[in-house]
Amino acid sequence: MTQYLLSVHSVEGEVGDPMTDEEMQQSWKQIQVLNEELKSAGAWVFGGALHEPDTATVVRVSEGDVLTTDGPFAESKEHLGGFYIIEAEDLDAALAWASKTAAVVRKPIEVRPFRDAEA
Amino acid sequence: MRDVDAAPELDEAEVGRIFREESGRSVAALIRVFGDIDVAEDAVQEAFAVALRKWPGDGLPPNPGGWITTTARHRAIDRLRRESRGRELLSEVAVLSPGNDDPGTSEEVGPVQDDRLGLIFTCCHPALSTEAQVALTLRLLGGLSTKEVARSFLVAEPTMARRLVRAKRKIKAARIPYRVPEDHELPGRLRPVLAVLYLVYNAGLSSPAEPGLCSEAIRLARILATLMPDEPEVAGLLALLLLTESRRSSRTGPDGSLVLLGEQDRTRWDRALIEEGQAIVRRCLRRNQPGAYQVQAAINAVHADAPAVEQTDWPQIVALYDQLLAVAPTPVVALNRAIAIGEVQGPAAALALVDELDLDNYHPFHATRADLLRRLGRHREAAAAYERAAAMAPTEMTPQPSRPRIGARRWGSKAWWRYRPGT
Repeated sequence: MTQYLLSVHSVEGEVGDPMTDEEMQQSWKQIQVLNEELKSAGAWVFGGALHEPDTATVVRVSEGDVLTTDGPFAESKEHLGGFYIIEAEDLDAALAWASKTAAVVRKPIEVRPFRDAEA
Repeated sequence: MRDVDAAPELDEAEVGRIFREESGRSVAALIRVFGDIDVAEDAVQEAFAVALRKWPGDGLPPNPGGWITTTARHRAIDRLRRESRGRELLSEVAVLSPGNDDPGTSEEVGPVQDDRLGLIFTCCHPALSTEAQVALTLRLLGGLSTKEVARSFLVAEPTMARRLVRAKRKIKAARIPYRVPEDHELPGRLRPVLAVLYLVYNAGLSSPAEPGLCSEAIRLARILATLMPDEPEVAGLLALLLLTESRRSSRTGPDGSLVLLGEQDRTRWDRALIEEGQAIVRRCLRRNQPGAYQVQAAINAVHADAPAVEQTDWPQIVALYDQLLAVAPTPVVALNRAIAIGEVQGPAAALALVDELDLDNYHPFHATRADLLRRLGRHREAAAAYERAAAMAPTEMTPQPSRPRIGARRWGSKAWWRYRPGT
């Protein structure tokens, strides 16, 4: 089994039509269903949605000094909206989960394998 | 002492040829056993060195493919036993193949499992770029060296080596599986496989210096057709390649320029390839599950039936293009359909269709317009269109010497009709 990061990518200003409360409810419910499915299939390791990137803080260590800066690491229009860590037999299995996730969150999903712990 | 007289003459080139033909199967089998492309490639390469030493003296083994796989497998095990990482891998291999804990013991006798089908789906996995798919397919299944793959695509060897390394790293890290996809996945997974083989063929077609790519694509398509006899589009691709191949030697003139379909010496077309291709097309028609490759093959089969361009059954070609446009609605298909309609209904009808297409950056579009305008007697507009076509044509397609003849005989001949594979 390999662990994969499924990251949900959002592009600022590309939100499309704002969701109605009802659509929000619907979307939230679908995500719950997906999460349950991941868990019952034994694929779930961790997952969650993130706050907006302006809530981020970056910490750097330079010559022993800790420098803390407000805001995200990369000033870009694209940012990480949330992620899953899943366990899957192979890339095909991971891509199948990614397709389900993309359909539910309506955002592109990047699939990236984790290195083996011992490697 | 070696009994040289009893052995068939085998020189290095011959060993190389046989090896290349057989190596894809061995690489695929070893990847299945060891789950590692590099291990498999290195081992098969070592087996090649052994073959070069032994075969010229001992003669060809009765089952060269089996010999290569067995030799390579032993080499891989020897090598892995010497490395600690390798010993781990070997123990995993033992776990993975219960009942056969030493992968070196099973001899290759009789019909063996053909792992090439699974491997071609790995090489052409949609998670890899098309460039990587093509390079991996030629390297692992075609048995081409990195240098040969690089040369085929006019890429520097180190660039190609990096491309291959990166692709193999992704297969390993992301765990792209070595298996034939399930039925429900097949449509999406077969598409890139067919596209890669078609691309390899067309690369050979457009660079006369690399005719080997054409035969390689056909060889791989034949393997695929044998391994997937129930897939109509696989048969369609094979038929399309065979029919296109039947005309390859007549599509370039003595000066290397392109000879259009209507101007080719049809007596030089390869009848054996045509018959094989047409037989497959007939089977496809009986099966009646049309797809883009099958319909293109059928169009080529109709052309192959005409002893002279004037005897072409254009209404049938128009009907096939109607069908092709339904399954592959692209402007290029629409352009070729319009040309066929021009042969049935005349240039005015064709021009009306052509002028609706958005293909300003496609040189055959302008060449087609030029020919239709000329046939309508609109010479000034025709000349302008010829100029545009000539300015855009890739060099290897430009008739030589290019400038003086443009607008004259060759480009102005009656049937500017040319089947354009790959577009």
